[in-house]
Amino acid sequence: MTTPPPPRPDPKPSQRVVVTSPRTRAPRARRPYSGTREINEQSELGAVYMRTLIRAQRRLGLSVCLVACGALGLLPLLFAIEPELGKFRILGLGLPWFLLCVATCPMLLLAGWFYVRQAERSEREFAELVERP
Amino acid sequence: MTSGYAIVAVVVVALGTILVGAYGLRVSRTTSDFYVASRTVSPWWNASAIGGEYLSAASFVGIAGLIFAYGPDMLWFPVGYTAGYLVLLTMVAAPLRRSGAYTLPDFAEARFRSRGVRAVASILALAIGWLYLLPQLEGAGLTLNTVTGAPDWVGALIVTAVVTANVMSGGMRSITFVQAFQYWLKLTAITVPIAFLIVAWQVHGAESLTRPEYPVFRQDTEVSFQRPTTIHADAFISIKGTGEIDGARVTDTVVVLPEGYHRIGAGSEFTFPKDAPVPHLSTMEHNTNEMWSLPMSSGQEFPLYGAYSLIIATFLGTMGLPHVIVRFYTNPNGTAARRTTLIVLGLLSVFYLMPPMYGALGRLYTPELLMTGQTDAVVLVLPTRMIEGIGGQLLGALVAGGAFAAFLSTSSGLVVSLAGVLSQDVLRLGGVRGFRISTVLAGLVPLAMTFVATGMPVADMVGLAFAVAASSLCPLLMLGIWSTRTTTVGAIAGMLAGGVPALTAGLVTMFTDAGNAWYQILLSRPAAWTVPLGFGVMYVVSLLTQRHTPPGVPQTMVKLHAPENLGLDGSGNSQADERS
Repeated sequence: MTTPPPPRPDPKPSQRVVVTSPRTRAPRARRPYSGTREINEQSELGAVYMRTLIRAQRRLGLSVCLVACGALGLLPLLFAIEPELGKFRILGLGLPWFLLCVATCPMLLLAGWFYVRQAERSEREFAELVERP
Repeated sequence: MTSGYAIVAVVVVALGTILVGAYGLRVSRTTSDFYVASRTVSPWWNASAIGGEYLSAASFVGIAGLIFAYGPDMLWFPVGYTAGYLVLLTMVAAPLRRSGAYTLPDFAEARFRSRGVRAVASILALAIGWLYLLPQLEGAGLTLNTVTGAPDWVGALIVTAVVTANVMSGGMRSITFVQAFQYWLKLTAITVPIAFLIVAWQVHGAESLTRPEYPVFRQDTEVSFQRPTTIHADAFISIKGTGEIDGARVTDTVVVLPEGYHRIGAGSEFTFPKDAPVPHLSTMEHNTNEMWSLPMSSGQEFPLYGAYSLIIATFLGTMGLPHVIVRFYTNPNGTAARRTTLIVLGLLSVFYLMPPMYGALGRLYTPELLMTGQTDAVVLVLPTRMIEGIGGQLLGALVAGGAFAAFLSTSSGLVVSLAGVLSQDVLRLGGVRGFRISTVLAGLVPLAMTFVATGMPVADMVGLAFAVAASSLCPLLMLGIWSTRTTTVGAIAGMLAGGVPALTAGLVTMFTDAGNAWYQILLSRPAAWTVPLGFGVMYVVSLLTQRHTPPGVPQTMVKLHAPENLGLDGSGNSQADERS
């Protein structure tokens, strides 16, 4: 009891010091050659920045599109190869009716929501990249 | 089903539209006011406005009619009309808004800096718009004919007159609020009746919709034949009434039709007895309700090709519709444009749940439409048929009013975009006078076309407009936005290579009767071969003409793809003004 415990960092949150960058609130100090300027002056580096963004967005758009529309696009083929599938029933509806009337909407909405989230994220990342001083 | 309430509903909708137009004239805003005000429009308002403008005659009456006649193969129409917005969202929504283009020709010029590309895009936009207006007018004629018994051309004339007058006075279009309201009106007009109809169906004993029997008349049914019709009776059937059968004139007598084909003259009215099997139209596949509910039952040749062609046309065609593109300008920025499109996707999904239910109930309650071929009327006839008395009449009035609202709002949007294209790019007449002349022209051409069209289902006609858009303007947008290598020559060649065959095929199907020739499906569903043609030619010709790359492509690309709030414009000036 008399011997003091070995010194170690105190884990209590109240003891922590909040460290944030003051720059987030302050106006951005732009250095001469930010990504913004590279792009506006059409330098090689600016072109690379833009190409990266366009490629990322194109890949994202095409993959969401291909997955969602491809899944839908398989259905006619499926029903043509295996006509018996059309007689299968889910929730009292024939399978084609269920898939095309009920299941498509949430699927499309989900795909759209995912796309919007990812596209906005990649734009945010792009903004951080080009605005980094 | 002449009904006073329905006439009142149609008149109210037409008058309301005119009044709003006149009111819009008083608060009329200048172009720049409109642009500035647009920045405060929220994605929800914008999305409702797009929905209001997009849900046309095809959506309101056409889809239910096709499903009623041909079964689940036709579900690709609503799915495609919705999924088109997913493609629009993922491929063009944000860049299109960022391009600052107000119309498709504007985009073409902004991206390629060429009057040539702009001219070709203008002509195609005009052709697509007119192809799209035609079924709206046919649908209006059908609605008025079903509700009042007036000849087909009356409805078309009324819609053209109301829309042209309205657009000329400058109202309607500039108000996002009105179009947004239209969406909710249409949704109500289609949802409330179907809710009651389903209850009525349950009360009647929830009869199976897919029994292995041919449709029968549920009651003594009086049927009027609008045009000469060849029907096939599966068993002898005795009918009573006035008209012309197999060339012989009968007046108010009972006629026994033996089994086989019979030709009934235009203007005939006969009463068919209860429980008799419904004779079917000679050109339509005769299915039991069970067969009807299965895929590939529509009796079309090459159903798989037809399905894929329809999928390609509707998925890719949405982005090329002139009246849809305009709405994207009212989004404040690219991010909002994306969110708006996502909401549109949701709004359309909800709406498109309804038409298939009308189609399915129609098999039980309005089978005579399979005999007259007026399948598009199923939405309008069902409420009065299923619910007796004033309730049914009021619901019928609601549907008729909603349908009329659909024709008016879509036609207004189209006529405005077409008048803009006509006055700017074709007639080269500036000012208010030029716009007014263009408006009249934009409305008159499709009205004239309704007199020569062969009366195909409205959703099929809209499908053709989508096919032209998908094979010409879709490659322009997709390759223009995502490929830096697309050249001016490539863009023009691609648009022509895809658009001209699709347009020709569409016109041939609409105005001539190809019958059952093997190539008929290639003409009535052209997208599966014209879309690859358009894309292929645009890409290959662009690669071959790399020396003709338009000037300033890197700057354009920065404008299309960089978020607005970064102040990027690729102009070489680092002090670019902030634009958000």
